[in-house]
Amino acid sequence: MAPLAPRSGDAVFASVERVNAELFTLTYGAIVRQLITDLEEVEEVNKQLDQMGYNIGVRLIDEFLAKSNVSRCVDFKETAEVIAKVGFKMFLGVTATVINWDAEGTSCSLVLEDNPLVDFVELPDTCQGLSYCNILSGVIRGALEMVSMKTEITWVRDMLQGDDAYELRVKLLKQVPEEYPYKDDD
Amino acid sequence: MGREVSESCVEGLMMEVVSAYSSRLYPAKPDLAARRIEAIGFQVGHQLSERYTMERPRFSDHLEAIKFICKDFWSELFKKQIDNLKTNHRGTFVLQDNRFRWLTRISIDPSTESTDESTPDNNAAQATNMHLYFPCGIIRGALTNLGIPCAVSPDISNLPACSFVVRIKA
Repeated sequence: MAPLAPRSGDAVFASVERVNAELFTLTYGAIVRQLITDLEEVEEVNKQLDQMGYNIGVRLIDEFLAKSNVSRCVDFKETAEVIAKVGFKMFLGVTATVINWDAEGTSCSLVLEDNPLVDFVELPDTCQGLSYCNILSGVIRGALEMVSMKTEITWVRDMLQGDDAYELRVKLLKQVPEEYPYKDDD
Repeated sequence: MGREVSESCVEGLMMEVVSAYSSRLYPAKPDLAARRIEAIGFQVGHQLSERYTMERPRFSDHLEAIKFICKDFWSELFKKQIDNLKTNHRGTFVLQDNRFRWLTRISIDPSTESTDESTPDNNAAQATNMHLYFPCGIIRGALTNLGIPCAVSPDISNLPACSFVVRIKA
């Protein structure tokens, strides 16, 4: 059977089950607020959000691969484009732009101008240092790790901290060779 | 229709908030974890009901408000209505969803949620309940916003049907 053609982000988004974004945005906001109350330290909240994102990414990658028909990317540049144009679109209904590649082609920025996580959100002064969207970087890190790419992801710009867009710096640390999960005699 | 996101995003968040609170933050205190998860749902329900009722007149009585939850509110969240509503006419309402969406897609591994000496069945029920504090909180938050203080508990004796028992405080 011939491999299925990769689908565009719009086509995949149109085909998945969708819910109104208010539920998502308000749920995320309520989680962040509760974590701040319970953990007190902003750094701890950032860590917990990243961990939650990582765990979600580890699961979402399967759905992503199953529904997008994306085949193996030839290089990290293609990977970044697929995340920006298909991954973000499929789950959040928005696309990101890839900019600022380094010379080696191993780190770049994903820029989001429209971000459903932050609709209706305003941070009080007491939340200095809170990386509100930290779950997103966790999701990407978790998903990429499942396809053998170890990455480090940091926030460069954050509209909630007064910047003009959301910018994630994605750095490929190493590509782990795929390991066959079972021994032959299992 | 306003902005939409994939349903997996919401499901992912819900599963993770349960696992964050019950496995990482309060592993030895399931009651506390449950209260926190319920509190998150409460806040969401409170805000959603505020939004969804902005342009309608006040409800004349408790039954009207409960009907709003069963029809409009449930449809906004799950694209279907509550299937069955019962009441004892003394402040208790049972809202049954025959195929509650948030339970049809979660799978629970009893071995990871084990507590001493309880049977796997019990563990599975306990783990399922953990996932229901969030929707219970949503209903309580929505009704509280409509001026109806209440307690909400789940009943999963007929899976995948799920009932929410609302007891209005006198």
